[in-house]
Amino acid sequence: MNEVYDVVIIGAGVIGSAIARELSRYDLKIAVLDKELDVCCETSGRNSGVLHGGFTYKTGSLKAQCSVEGNAEFDKVAAELDVPFKRTGKVVVGFTESDMKSLLKYKAIGEANGVPGLEIVDKQRLEELDSSAGGEFAMYSPTSGILNPFIYTVALAENAQQNGVKFYFDREVSGINRKNGIYEITTPKEVYKTRWVVNCAGLNSAKISTMLGIDGYTLGGFKGEYFVLDKKVGKYLNMPVYPAPGPTGGFATHATPTVDGNVLIGPDSALVDDFTDYGITSPAMEKLIIDGAKMFKHVKREHFIRNFSGIRPKLIDKDTRQVLDFVLESRDEVPNVINLVGIESPGLTSALPLARRAVALLKEKETLLPNEKFNPRRRGILCFAAQSDEVKKELIAKDPNYGEIICRCETVTKAEIVQAVNNCLGVETVMGIKNRTRATMGRCQGGYCETRIVEIIQEQLNKQATEVLYGRTGSTMFTGKVRG
Amino acid sequence: MAIINKDVVIIGGGPAGLAAAVQLRNKGIQDIIIIEREKQLGGILRQCIHDGFGLTRFKTTLSGPEYSGRFIELVEKLNIEYITDATVIDITPEKKVIAVSKEGLLEYQATAVVLAMGCRERTRGAISIPGTRPAGVYNAGVAQSYINLHNTMVGREVIILGSGDIGMIMARRMTLEGAKVQAVFEVQPYPSGLPRNIQQCLDDYDIPLYVSHTITKIKGVSRVEGITVSQVDENMKPIPGTEKDYACDTLILSVGLIPENELSLACGVELDGRTKGAIVDENYQTTVDGVFAAGNVLQVHDLVDFVSLEAEELANSVAEYIQVGRLMDCGIQITTDANISHTIPQRISGHKDFKISMRVRKPLKNCQIDVMQNDAVITTVKMKKAIPAEMIQIKITKSRIKSADNIKMVVRC
Repeated sequence: MNEVYDVVIIGAGVIGSAIARELSRYDLKIAVLDKELDVCCETSGRNSGVLHGGFTYKTGSLKAQCSVEGNAEFDKVAAELDVPFKRTGKVVVGFTESDMKSLLKYKAIGEANGVPGLEIVDKQRLEELDSSAGGEFAMYSPTSGILNPFIYTVALAENAQQNGVKFYFDREVSGINRKNGIYEITTPKEVYKTRWVVNCAGLNSAKISTMLGIDGYTLGGFKGEYFVLDKKVGKYLNMPVYPAPGPTGGFATHATPTVDGNVLIGPDSALVDDFTDYGITSPAMEKLIIDGAKMFKHVKREHFIRNFSGIRPKLIDKDTRQVLDFVLESRDEVPNVINLVGIESPGLTSALPLARRAVALLKEKETLLPNEKFNPRRRGILCFAAQSDEVKKELIAKDPNYGEIICRCETVTKAEIVQAVNNCLGVETVMGIKNRTRATMGRCQGGYCETRIVEIIQEQLNKQATEVLYGRTGSTMFTGKVRG
Repeated sequence: MAIINKDVVIIGGGPAGLAAAVQLRNKGIQDIIIIEREKQLGGILRQCIHDGFGLTRFKTTLSGPEYSGRFIELVEKLNIEYITDATVIDITPEKKVIAVSKEGLLEYQATAVVLAMGCRERTRGAISIPGTRPAGVYNAGVAQSYINLHNTMVGREVIILGSGDIGMIMARRMTLEGAKVQAVFEVQPYPSGLPRNIQQCLDDYDIPLYVSHTITKIKGVSRVEGITVSQVDENMKPIPGTEKDYACDTLILSVGLIPENELSLACGVELDGRTKGAIVDENYQTTVDGVFAAGNVLQVHDLVDFVSLEAEELANSVAEYIQVGRLMDCGIQITTDANISHTIPQRISGHKDFKISMRVRKPLKNCQIDVMQNDAVITTVKMKKAIPAEMIQIKITKSRIKSADNIKMVVRC
């Protein structure tokens, strides 16, 4: 391929997608490469889905600046990009005197970071805020919230795509060279040529950084496992409930409502070497049940519907073993590279502020012309289940596919599945449909609808059953026909 | 769209809904509708192409589609109204039923509602099997649908977790289609499916069944590559050091069925924590007046024949409810000892013959089940063998009920 891009972004997580979207404001030829078959397959989609307030990060750090900025603007962002979001507030609960000290410390840090409205509340007020929460007292953060991390990343990516960015999946970067001022990025499918490279590779950001010629970063993989609880208990939890951080900082297992009405219990935290193993383990699950029940009073096995895990790429100081701030840099000795390393929590909250800072680094070197056709608005797939009876009737009258329920647990219609299958990023997997519509996410976990989704994928994209993939490259669901 | 009034709205056109509809018409109830979400009537029987259905109800062995076909023929012949491709999304306590269909939102005002939604399979997530999440992990019923209804093969090297009946039937089915089914593992110390299925689906095909074993790890990134199995102790906890690895591309789960009661909850029906189905009286009436339940939505049955028979009894009561306006109060509670997992019904009037359906919690030999009232035995059933896989039914005539005191079921060995 002889085409030369202005910018190639490596990694289609929330950061890569946000940078793509912010760069699409300018007249640039941009491509995003990802090794998976969809956006948001790793850290960006495997977390608690919390919009952080910004009270646990060192004052002045990028983590503090970007999370406070990202939090403040998110109502506007959610409206612009049609992202399910609720500013629920959050409580960080405590039981002991040392917990109280911890809360007071983080309240002070939060105030120094510019987090509005933090207050210490007693048990009675905690009960009023959330009667399902454990704890004797709490710090209440009114600006914290919850969002759908899949939809947020999809929205950023779709908006970027609509503004001219190309997304290429199944493109794991295996090498990067620079010849005559042009980078050549090797993937199993094609070599991509570009003037600029942006490294947003998350768990692989240190590896890509080394390929680009910036050495010396060490990432620690902090794996956390979760339980997903049935919507039946979702009604009890108003807001995320976190335990007061211990002396080493960082949050242990918490309970978080999702924007769709489920509850997440997790994560624990274990340092892992293998950044590809998302397997869940018995000891971690046993511990989650005990720790989770301290935060949320309705943790019962009968309400468990799924488990998942995520791995946070924390940048570690080799000597002190301390967790370091986000790295966002552009070095003169490695020209035309924007390097982002160690982007973990609060990455979701910080995505757009980080993206703007990344664009600013690029603008220091080049004058960018505006993309005259840029449209900041993106509309998602309308959720049938959330509509009034009147709107439901109108929708069915307009498109009879709204009258066919495919996923019974989440009341997802065929019209929504068809829209998801024909998404503008060209994602064709069952997981891709799931993350865009919620189909298969309910308590029967696809027992009723998976066969139907497979049928619609085949019908819409003219595919054989053996070509349908579950989620990842090679994740074939079927071995062939039963009878010729 | 205008609200449509109906004497009886039946939610679900599977074996329970079909039998209830036919019997209601036989009892003279004209104004009935069955609402079915699939393209055809028949429910889960559509994908059950094996035989063995009907021995009790029809005294002959039929395939699933043949069995449901007998009822569907009657529904057609009796001109009973039904709609397919319509999914009920809400039932109100006032018995308003709302369904989504291509024609729009349909609203029915029912005098009586029959809950006949059946059950769903317990999933991997519900039992938290450790390991990765590759393609190739299927619930038995889902695999059955892919293979029998979609002509699509789900895998070649198969391990089955759980000795439920559908799992065993799929072991045979996949073997017949050329797959290698290596083994079936069951966490409990005894099989959870019927003896006849162990014989006809496993033993006849030399597929080993290991009880007191469970899967402690699923491996594979894109597609299942293997599993680890461990023996479990008496508390069903894996025993360290007993791990054994199997290479496979497919894991089939047959780990239990759960009555599908989300709509029941929407209209205020109270559930029994043991059955996960509605609490009902001898008329199969739930705790909401005029809302009835039968079949697998009420309690998971072993054989479809008993689903039909239960639904027919329900229909007799619903007909009476429509014709008379109300049914007798049922104040007598049925309680059990620890050997019995549950009973249906949970309440009776004492003025009507009734039938108790129950299961034992663990396999028992040479036992008797005493039905007691006021410390006196009113009925005894002696059994050489009782197993949890089989439903036990005990008929009791009203003349045996001597007072309005509660009934207790006791197992003596």
